[in-house]
Amino acid sequence: MMKKEDALLAYTLRLGDNALIIAQRLIELVTHGPELEEEMANANFALDYLGQARMFYSYAGELEGEGRKEDEFAFMRAEQEFRNFLLLEQPNGHFGDTIARSVMFEVFYLMQLEALVDCADERLAEIAARAAKEIRYHLRHDSQWLIRLGDGTEESHEKIQSSVAELWRFTGELFAGDEIDEIMRAEFSGPDLESIQAAWRESIAAILAEATLQMPDDQWMDKGGRTGRHSEHFGPLIAEMQYMQRSYPGLDW
Amino acid sequence: MTNKDWPLYEVFIRAKSGLSHRHAGSVHAADDEMALDHARDVYTRRNEGVSIWVVKSSSIVASDPEESAAFFEPAKDKIYRHPTFYEIPDGVENI
Repeated sequence: MMKKEDALLAYTLRLGDNALIIAQRLIELVTHGPELEEEMANANFALDYLGQARMFYSYAGELEGEGRKEDEFAFMRAEQEFRNFLLLEQPNGHFGDTIARSVMFEVFYLMQLEALVDCADERLAEIAARAAKEIRYHLRHDSQWLIRLGDGTEESHEKIQSSVAELWRFTGELFAGDEIDEIMRAEFSGPDLESIQAAWRESIAAILAEATLQMPDDQWMDKGGRTGRHSEHFGPLIAEMQYMQRSYPGLDW
Repeated sequence: MTNKDWPLYEVFIRAKSGLSHRHAGSVHAADDEMALDHARDVYTRRNEGVSIWVVKSSSIVASDPEESAAFFEPAKDKIYRHPTFYEIPDGVENI
């Protein structure tokens, strides 16, 4: 059985990895926004996620107690050491793909954060409270877009429907808990993934219904993020993200 | 693909409680909710506001510059309408 301190550290790092990897994906879109205003929104969201990743990594460094800092977690770990969901590393695709990916994750993430606000670890609860405020807005913005695209033109409807269908197989992993999640729940009153899954389905179903979109059928679910087995898109993502620190270790600016 | 421009909205921000909303600028958006989001993302990034109004620019009725003489000149020589003869006590803000 894993020690509860180790589980807390691993859990905090996962939260950091999720935030960092979606931040990196959104950062790729900076200067590519479809409209000036959406450009600003996207860049704001990327920065929100990056800020959350920093808070989680700083705390992870303190928990670990070996002097590792944010940058070392973000830039000096190998591909297999990252524990983010596969969903988040999927390519941005077109605007609808990006929106669908965000909505699926944010509905989950907001529920996870709201549960963490009441967890027994004070610091994690504080970070979660702050992050939840940001994600509540992201979700408002992104789900409105999903509805607009689904209930928009024939073309936008078809495109966003296939975005949802394509990404669906990555959503099973959100709820496929392991020992770490179990310890977080049992020892720290952390999130209960089973009840989150039910709430997530309900919430996604309501958004899809308003968007006049079909909820995909139950299907085989991809997973591997929690064990460090990533999709083929992950290597290039971290190569670009880590390039500077790998080339100039310790670089500061 | 249809490429219709999004309508323009005017954005008004209340900087803090007690002050009135002030015109901050404008944004393009496809609908009212999006306009509110865009206003928030463009004009309140640095903590500039506590409340936002947006209104379609086309809904604003504006005075005609050509008529400015008729509209504004007559007020110019009515000095007695200005409360400039009162002293404002120190400590009164936001007038």
